[in-house]
Parts: sequence; structure tokens; C-alpha cells
Amino acid sequence: MKARQKRLIFILVGLAILGLATWLVFNALGNNMSYFYSPTEVVQKKAPENHVFRLGGMVVNDSVQRGKELTVRFAVTDTANVVNVEYTGILPDLFEEGQGVIAQGKLADSGIFVASEVLAKHDENYMPPEVADALKKAGMKPGGGKQ
Amino acid sequence: MSSNRINWFKYSSPATFYPLAGKLAPWFTAIAVILIMVGLYMGFFVAPTDYKQGEGYRIIFVHVPASWMSMFIYLVMAFWAAMGLVFNTRMSGMMVQSLAPTGAMFTFLALWTGAFWGKPMWGTWWVWDARLTSELILFFLYIGYIALHSSIDDNRRADRATAILVLVGVVNIPIIYYSVQWWNTLHQGASVSVKSGSSMASVMLISMLIMAFAFWAYTIAISLARVRSIILERERDKQWVSELPEIKQ
Amino acid sequence: MKEFFNMGGYALYVWGSFGMTALCMIAEPILVRHRRKITLQRVSRLVRSKTAKQSTNSSGDM
Repeated sequence: MKARQKRLIFILVGLAILGLATWLVFNALGNNMSYFYSPTEVVQKKAPENHVFRLGGMVVNDSVQRGKELTVRFAVTDTANVVNVEYTGILPDLFEEGQGVIAQGKLADSGIFVASEVLAKHDENYMPPEVADALKKAGMKPGGGKQ
Repeated sequence: MSSNRINWFKYSSPATFYPLAGKLAPWFTAIAVILIMVGLYMGFFVAPTDYKQGEGYRIIFVHVPASWMSMFIYLVMAFWAAMGLVFNTRMSGMMVQSLAPTGAMFTFLALWTGAFWGKPMWGTWWVWDARLTSELILFFLYIGYIALHSSIDDNRRADRATAILVLVGVVNIPIIYYSVQWWNTLHQGASVSVKSGSSMASVMLISMLIMAFAFWAYTIAISLARVRSIILERERDKQWVSELPEIKQ
Repeated sequence: MKEFFNMGGYALYVWGSFGMTALCMIAEPILVRHRRKITLQRVSRLVRSKTAKQSTNSSGDM
């Protein structure tokens, strides 16, 4: 076979091996590549104890309570489980009930997640306000789903 | 061999590609300029405001095109790197060289515009989630390529060594793309995909696609222009170079 | 007009993004043009010195 064909095969085999190696590495890293734990993982004690970690999910509707000064309490859900969060500080503009959130902090003995940082996570939908309102009136969510 | 067959290998010679690149570059420059003007007009004056992010979402008209180019350019570099290793052609290595700086620039812009978008919307300039981290790694790959190539005196050896680097790094591209599906990330999922269509209003999507094509035309124009300098530098001993009208005897 | 520059309060972020993009996409072509200019100068000099050498060499055969 020509030298060129040999080189091509060499490259393809090399890439295949590299792909396999990478797949193995990322499989091993697994959930450590994930930026946050879900409420279900926290409830199932899969999140680190006595250690800072991140909790991600959706802010439960009607769960936001603003306390003294800048303290706020709210609940985070992944539709299967709920974790209560307490945070003192300024919330991002896009923080909203029914929207995504990622909080960084520690789980207190009381089971409340005390957050030192709260970030808003938004979805991939973009549309003008009229369309959003129309969807809302039809009982639908922007991503396509019932309210 | 039929005489109707195009001899593609003709253009793998720097001597023939040089004038071709010179003829094509102005056309792609014109296309890029027109598309950028149309895209910016549509992005700022036709596309409506967003229900959630207000006017801030308009960053999408540069952030997504830059991000797409950062990945696409790397794939094209990987293609030419592989071609160079297989066919041992000088021109392939020069194509990789001509694309790298532009790829690095778009990666930097993806990160910069991303940070400026993340601060108001997420509440932070940066997070180490899988999407942002792998895009940063892409930036290091581009810089690594440029540094490695310029550190090796012999161009052919530099081409071969850096081709390995580029091909090893190509595994990062699907990681960047699928990161938002494979892992929990702060960065949201794709708004546009071949499989599931788009989750953007049509006018917003069209404006963004126009900017994407504009950046693509810009990339072609710039790398065609840059490769001409690379050809002159690397082929300076050749007869055809000394006979060029732009070389003052 | 003022609203346009204000971008609904997001002025810093929108113009910070578009501004840097414009800066890069204007600087890069300038740098590429400059590289060509330098390259043409260097190669011209090289070619000139080569032809000069050749003519002095050939003028040596008498």
C-alpha cells in the first residue's frame, strides 16, 4: 500500500484511540464535570457534607420570602425534590420564581442550604414580549410546555 | 485519466494558489462587508427586544457567530492538518497557519462577549462550567499552535509537529458543543440546532445567521490574504516569487 | 437616540461586546496588510541582493 494510505490509516487509528481515551477520562470524571447538584442529589445525600457546593434547579413559585435587610428565602426544585435556600445579598436581575437558579453554599444542619452566591440560569428561548404574553395567555411556557 | 477531470492537486502548489487567493480575497471581503452591514442593521433596528433579557440579548449577534467560528475554524485547521500529514503538501500546512490567528481571535471574542453577557444576566463574568472551560481550552490550543509553530525553525517539521497538536485537540470541539447536554452547566442549551430547529423568534434568528455568514466570509477573506504573505515568506527562494510584479527588483 | 446608546440599561455590556468585536475585526485586517507590506519589502531585498550577487559573479568571468 502507498505511503500516503499508510499515513491516513495511522491518523485515523490515532484519532480513534484518542477518542476512546477521552471518552474513558470523561466517564471517570463523570459528575465532577457538572457545575451543580440537583435537589434530588442533595436529598439523596449525594452532595458533599460540610463542604461548599452548588445547588441548581428552578425557583419554586410563591416560595420567595424577603426578610430583614437583604436576606431572602426561597425553595429550589427539580420537580422531584425541593431544597430550601437562605441567602443574604443582592440577587441577579433575572432571578425569578419559575426560573432557573444556581446557588453556591453549604448545607446547614437544619437542612437549609445557606448560599453565599446566587446566579440566575436562563433558558435558550428568545422572543419578543408580545409572543411571550401570548404564550402565557394560552397557558404555555416559552420553551413549549404547559404553565 | 479523462482530460475532463479537474486536477485539484494543481492548487496544492503555492505558485498556483497564490494568484487564486489574490483574486478571491476581494470578493469575500465585499461579501463580508455587505453582510456585516445588513446584519448589524437587522440586529439593532429590526430584531425586536427580548421578553426576558431586554436589549441586552443583542450581544447574541456577535457572541454566537464568534463562538461558531471559533469551533468551525479549528475543524478546518484539523482538516488541513490531516491533509498535510497524509499528502505531505506544503500548502496544507500554510492553510493551517493562515487560519490560526483568526481562530484565536474569534475564540477570544466568544469568551469576552460571553463574559459581558454573563455579568448582567447570570450575575457573574465567569464560571468554570464545562462550556466556558472547554472554550477557554480551545483558546489555549490556538495559542499553543501558534507558539509551537513559531518555535520550530524548519517549516516542514513545524507543520508536522503542530498538525499532531491540532488533531489531538480536535476532540475538544464536540466537548464544547455537547457540554451543555452532557453535564449540568450554567450555560444554557443550544438555541439553534440541526436536529431540533430553533427556539428563537424568526427575525432574531435570521439576523444572527446573517452575522454568522458575515463572520465566515470575513474569515475566508482574511485567511486568503494572510496565506499570501505566508506563501511569500516560505517560498521566497523560488523563481516564480522573484518574478512577481509586486517584488521590486 | 439616547435610548439606542442606553440599550435598556445594558449599554456597558452591549457596547463593550460590539466595541471589542469591531476593534478586533478592524485591527486584524490592518495587521494582515502590514504583514504583507513587510514581507514584500523583505523578499524584494532578498531578491535584489541575489541578482546583485549573480551579476558580480558573472562579471568575474573575463
